[in-house]
Amino acid sequence: MGIRLIWKDGTLTGLLSGEIDHHTAKEMREEIDGTVEKMRPERLVLDFSEVQFMDSSGIGLIMGRYKLMQALGGRVVVANMPEKVERIVSLAGLDKLAKVERGVVSHETEE
Amino acid sequence: MKPKNEMRVSFLSCSANEGFARATVAAFLAQEDPTVSELADIKTAVSEAVTNCIVHAYRDTIGIIYITAKLWNDGVVSIKVRDQGCGIEDVEKAMEPMYTTGGDERAGLGFAVMQSFMDEVRVKSNPGKGTSVTLRKRLERRPVANG
Repeated sequence: MGIRLIWKDGTLTGLLSGEIDHHTAKEMREEIDGTVEKMRPERLVLDFSEVQFMDSSGIGLIMGRYKLMQALGGRVVVANMPEKVERIVSLAGLDKLAKVERGVVSHETEE
Repeated sequence: MKPKNEMRVSFLSCSANEGFARATVAAFLAQEDPTVSELADIKTAVSEAVTNCIVHAYRDTIGIIYITAKLWNDGVVSIKVRDQGCGIEDVEKAMEPMYTTGGDERAGLGFAVMQSFMDEVRVKSNPGKGTSVTLRKRLERRPVANG
């Protein structure tokens, strides 16, 4: 459960896993922000493929990272959302804000 | 009308208990054999209600959160999440999508998610005394195997 960060060619990928709620989102946020501020990626990919549960705290997590990346001149891609995650994201209208991609193979970018 | 089954649980408003709360409700509902999607909806709604208690009702303190879940004969489940925290001055305002007093990292979508994933959401609040949120959902009846 948690987050793994992968850095490659200016892209930082956060592989999120397990359950995202108000409790677990805090740790994920701190991990991502610490690395984003240090590495200044052009692109932050949030990969939800291994997320089993997410409530609206996940929306806060995406929105906060969107604002951070915008302030740094970068962008956010939300990738591989399971259906139940996608339901909450579209409820929030976030699919209009951040770029949503399917079939992003972040595992293979690992070195 | 009496429920056919009922459970009560209370716990401290530590954020680590958010997962405990939704898992406990899900375990109780398992006897009704809900679909995967019904269970996901209910877990999400419970998580939102409990998070509200932790983030808002007991903002700078730790209090007790009470959950009562009931199963009814007509296939309805009702879940009441109650606190004795600060209460909500303006319930209508609090339920507006994107409205939040929880700061930058909160989307203000807790009630919107509850309303979208459940059939009914009722909120009663007394400022200074606490809030109760009652969630209701009718589970889909599936044909029983072997008649």
